[in-house]
Amino acid sequence: MTGGLAAFARLLEQLAFTPQRSGKERVLADWFATQPDPERGLALAALTGDLDLRQVRPSLLRGLVSGRVDAELFALSYDFVGDLAETIALIWPVDGSENPSLADVVGQLRDTSKARLGDVIVALLDNLGPSQRYACLKLATGGLRVGVSARLARTAFSKWANLPLTEVEEIWHGLTPPYLDLFAWAQGGAKPETAAYAPFRPVMLATAWDAVTMAARSPADFAAEWKWDGIRVQAVSDRGTRRLYSRTGEDISNAFPDVLALLEFDGVLDGELLVRRDGIVAPFGDLQQRLNRKTVSAAMLRSHPAGLRVYDVLVWQGQDMRNQPYDARRAVLDAATPALPAQIDHSPRLDFTTWDDLAALRANPSDPVIEGVMIKRRASPYIAGRAKGHWFKWKRDPFVIDAVLLYAQRGHGKRSGYYSDFTFGVWDGDVLVPVGKAYFGFTDAELKALDRFVRDNTTDRFGPVRAVKPLKVVEVAFEGLNRSPRHKSGVAMRFPRISRIRDDKPAAQADTLETLQDLLPK
Amino acid sequence: MDPILVPKPEGLFCPAGGFFIDPVRPVARALVTHGHADHARAGHGAVMATAQTLDIMALRYGAEFTQSRQPYDGPVRIGDVTVSFHPAGHVLGSAQIAVTGAQGRIVVSGDYSRVPNPACAPFEPVPCDIFVTEATFGLPVFRHPDPLGEIAKLLASVRAQPDRAHLIGAYALGKAQRVIMLLRQAGYDGPIHIHGALQKLCDYHIAQGVALGDLRPATLERGRKPDFAGAIVLAPPSAFAATWSQRFPDPVICFASGWMQVRARARQRGVELPLLISDHVDWPDLTRTITELDPAQVWVTHGREDAVMRWCSLNGRAAHPLRLIGYEDEAE
Ligand SMILES: [Zn+2]
Ligand SMILES: [Zn+2]
Repeated sequence: MTGGLAAFARLLEQLAFTPQRSGKERVLADWFATQPDPERGLALAALTGDLDLRQVRPSLLRGLVSGRVDAELFALSYDFVGDLAETIALIWPVDGSENPSLADVVGQLRDTSKARLGDVIVALLDNLGPSQRYACLKLATGGLRVGVSARLARTAFSKWANLPLTEVEEIWHGLTPPYLDLFAWAQGGAKPETAAYAPFRPVMLATAWDAVTMAARSPADFAAEWKWDGIRVQAVSDRGTRRLYSRTGEDISNAFPDVLALLEFDGVLDGELLVRRDGIVAPFGDLQQRLNRKTVSAAMLRSHPAGLRVYDVLVWQGQDMRNQPYDARRAVLDAATPALPAQIDHSPRLDFTTWDDLAALRANPSDPVIEGVMIKRRASPYIAGRAKGHWFKWKRDPFVIDAVLLYAQRGHGKRSGYYSDFTFGVWDGDVLVPVGKAYFGFTDAELKALDRFVRDNTTDRFGPVRAVKPLKVVEVAFEGLNRSPRHKSGVAMRFPRISRIRDDKPAAQADTLETLQDLLPK
Repeated sequence: MDPILVPKPEGLFCPAGGFFIDPVRPVARALVTHGHADHARAGHGAVMATAQTLDIMALRYGAEFTQSRQPYDGPVRIGDVTVSFHPAGHVLGSAQIAVTGAQGRIVVSGDYSRVPNPACAPFEPVPCDIFVTEATFGLPVFRHPDPLGEIAKLLASVRAQPDRAHLIGAYALGKAQRVIMLLRQAGYDGPIHIHGALQKLCDYHIAQGVALGDLRPATLERGRKPDFAGAIVLAPPSAFAATWSQRFPDPVICFASGWMQVRARARQRGVELPLLISDHVDWPDLTRTITELDPAQVWVTHGREDAVMRWCSLNGRAAHPLRLIGYEDEAE
């Protein structure tokens, strides 16, 4: 592999077009293995969103290109290509052949004053070829859009480095690009000690409830609480530094200033992020509107106030609690929460003596925003990752409906020869309206049967999509339903999958939109 | 006086000669630039084309595709005009058609390319009063890179993933053989597997003296599973949608096309390795050709007419969109 920005451009191309996770990890491993410092670390930072560059707005880029290309030709091109950075990269009339290092380009995009930023970008574009221009503009505008999350990038790194992901995540927030100390660690050096305040600690995860193993265990050894349908977070307040992390270690503080303001303690709490109005927990859809935002408006803070319902404590008043048993940690937590602001409370413990008691509670949760129960071994320490035998989730049964297959699209990788991505619909009067898409849940044998059905019953083709005769009924399982103005049906399913093929059912007996609407949160 | 050519629903018509060029519906007399399906259709009374294009039409549609085959064999008088064919550099047998009358000369380029292609003679600039250009890649974003660079990408991917078959989508006439020739040029001399739908046209290329090396059918042999790991397999893009592709475990889907310049197009087709290899002029070659020929008028057909019209007007050139229906630009 060559180096410099050309190699980085090639990396972005490969990541964007490689469909599977495993393939992307392989591409990244190759990058880490073959690129020198600081190039490999800068690319990693670009993927995890940790490169702190000057934000280049689309309006600046449009202005630059209007100085070089006829406005009408640009508009026709942009219309065809559909992506601003890509259009500019392709249409820029001068081609250069320089191949600066990624460090050089990052340096320019980071250190140039706002007033000179336009000139610097023009000079870069003039000196580069099209694919390097694309890479450069994607860096400048932020958001590489290559289908790689920060988590996937860190996972790929830890696999390549043969280091535990939890340890990488634990120190991540104390590291700075280009991560020379991290790569040194990967190659046998010392583990970087994080000096930063309020670092992320990898969270403890539950395995699915397994009736067979649980039946052999004594309920007295376990505590239980509701599993709330929000976002699992870690709230950290460390000597004045406050941070809110997602369970994968993404820093989501900027989107939740209201929650940061609540963290009037010194410690690390594990809990559920929820939108709460006057103590009433709002459905997940309300919380969703606050996610994925860089900043949040005052109006949104008023209409969708967020709070925490805490499950556990990792650090308290400077003391690491993670090696203590769950019961001891809960005692500290339950004693601490009354002194905290009202938008932070602890998740109540459930009262049960037999597993049947718990089953009855699970079948009848006290709040619609509960998605099941969590079962935790009283003696267990707080262990990073998904350790077996300590925490269990016993989700509410999924919702199921019977829907009719409407469209199918071919999959990727091992499924590239098969129609494996399905759109299904339910009856609204005498028409079928699409209500969701699913691409898993079925066995290999069922996939073959569905593929056969699609090929034999195609009525229309739109590019890679086929419309099929509305004959095949499938049972769709899903975790919840939100209102969605973006969907024609007005509803959006969470985590839908095809749980069964209902060859026994004629399409006329599939479910109706009304049935689905009745499942919406009130 | 009538113009030499007039657009009609069937295609470009020459009143003084009584023929159509590349008609999209059956007509009494057709002149055909090249064998691609949207230019060369079956069912015309008589067809004049290069001998190779006539052969290709017979291969595709059967020997009865027309009542009368008229192989082009030097300039010919038809009615009140003179017709001559000139290399277009697009695919085997492809030609531009020049029609000369009392009013001057029109050159209908058909599809053309200015990048060297060993299967056909290079594009010949023919001085003319009206130049009819295609506009398949008629946007300034289309600048095709060196095709050997794309082949190098493919070969690097084959080396990096020896356990997967590389499945390359390429149209049967022109693109498939072009990819094979480029692979050979790049030094790849192993067997290349081809889908059955490519066989006839590859055989025809070989018969016409175009060396393609060791080609093998990409078929399952009875009784044992062929090992396509590490193989390069060419197929028409439609085969990817067919159960045919299910025989390849976890293939790398590649597509050789000028459309691969636009990432969204590649993604939409589920392409893992886009190969930017085109048989058409890109924007710099299209505008350069117009500048070089310097015709009094440019007529623009199939593709992105608006942008080519805009370029002509910015450069003070008289231009006219033909808006002919029936030519596809997807099949590149
Ligand atoms: Zn053509
Ligand atoms: Zn054409």
